[in-house]
Amino acid sequence: MADKRFTRRDFLKIASVATLSGVGLSGISCKKADLEEFLQKHYLEMTDEEKKQTIKRLEEKYLKKYGKKFTISTQGAKPGTLWGYGLDLSRCIGCRRCVYGCVKENNPSRYNPQLHWIRVVRLPEGSLINLEKTEHYYNPPLVPEPGYVYMPVQCQHCENPPCVKVCPVRATWKEPDGLVVVDYNWCIGCRYCIAACPYKGRVFNWAEPNIPPEELNTAVHYLGNRPRYKNVVDKCTFCVQRVRQGRYPACVEACPTGTRKFGNLLDPNSEIRYLIDHKRVFRLKEDLNTEPKFYYFFGL
Amino acid sequence: MLFGACVLILFKITSVLQNKPMRRAALLSFFVILSVFCWSLDGRGKEEDFPVPRPPFSEGIFPCSSCHAGMEVNTKRRELKEEHTNIQLKHGSISRWCLDCHDAANRDMLRLVNGDRIDFSHSYELCGQCHGPTYRDWKVGVHGKRIGYFEGGPRTYFLCVNCHNPHDPKFKPIKPEPPPFKPLYRYNPAAGK
Repeated sequence: MADKRFTRRDFLKIASVATLSGVGLSGISCKKADLEEFLQKHYLEMTDEEKKQTIKRLEEKYLKKYGKKFTISTQGAKPGTLWGYGLDLSRCIGCRRCVYGCVKENNPSRYNPQLHWIRVVRLPEGSLINLEKTEHYYNPPLVPEPGYVYMPVQCQHCENPPCVKVCPVRATWKEPDGLVVVDYNWCIGCRYCIAACPYKGRVFNWAEPNIPPEELNTAVHYLGNRPRYKNVVDKCTFCVQRVRQGRYPACVEACPTGTRKFGNLLDPNSEIRYLIDHKRVFRLKEDLNTEPKFYYFFGL
Repeated sequence: MLFGACVLILFKITSVLQNKPMRRAALLSFFVILSVFCWSLDGRGKEEDFPVPRPPFSEGIFPCSSCHAGMEVNTKRRELKEEHTNIQLKHGSISRWCLDCHDAANRDMLRLVNGDRIDFSHSYELCGQCHGPTYRDWKVGVHGKRIGYFEGGPRTYFLCVNCHNPHDPKFKPIKPEPPPFKPLYRYNPAAGK
């Protein structure tokens, strides 16, 4: 055994020196803010004081990065609310105004990668239940085209969300008002949730998001439309920053045909409850037991 | 039920109050209260006001009376050859013409079938005369578009005419926004980026 050149003792010596120097070096090169961000807690475990500090740090970071003053809200869910969405398939004309209304509001990466939270699919008339015939790159000069129907698909905010179940670090969860949200600082980018979602409701920041500074929306929510990072998942939040203030989501306001409806499912006088009670309604892929809170209906 | 309650109250008043002037006063006040209640019930049937935007008038066209004030009113149905030639009525044109909806005496108002004059900002009542189910849906917010706050702030209800041209109400096809990038490309040919 004498000819062994590299003993266990040697290995331990070298390894411990290397580890110590690594820690030491990183301690020197790492800025305080980065270290704080690295040590940041899960959003649900933060105290109000910690939330305030996090928001302050993030606002400074965004100011430095984008040169704009952001106001990051941490407004919580209002008791007695459960948000639901209605979409009138007999009125949608497939113009994609909602897609770009959402982009303008929610600060997703514009190109390379281009991330859209709404996907408008086109189906041949009469095959609404055959999703294999969908096409979302359609680009005719004018819409609606004869012989086709259009169905926008986005996060369905399931009551029983498969994406939440598969997240190994609990970076995504369902809020008390029914919104499925992501903590972008906690997401590790494993994309299990993207694989689990049957609606293709989630998108991934494959690269550092590209947002022209003049197009940034600075009124943001921590769980919603604040600028994201490379290697995190993001998704539609029903515009959490707007709906918790009582405002309609951006896609509802962008739609030129009044196809999109929004409201509180627990309020019997809301628009969403009226359409569920009085119109023909279905939910996408009901058979998967995901219990979406996104109701497609036929106004005619 | 209301009638029964009234009879019961009247009976009580007559049986409890033996004193004649007191009884008269009580009966009088009862009928005053009843009439106020019935009047408020009647008011419930009236159309409510909705927070609507300004109707989308063509530029310089409103008020109509600025031209029509000095004109002689001709209620004979005819084709207009000199003015308003840009308006092609494609909205039940066989059974309808201008003065079925526009008031002949006051051109700045609209006219319901029952003869009532309404403001242009209440045009939904006019449309609702024929399109009952759509009007019902519009009132509860399932037809049409609303923006702003659904609670805790101002909300705007779009008028029928904000989306539908009243003289030609069918929606016209529009140009769609560019499709998303295909994963294959690094740029979007349609958007030119």
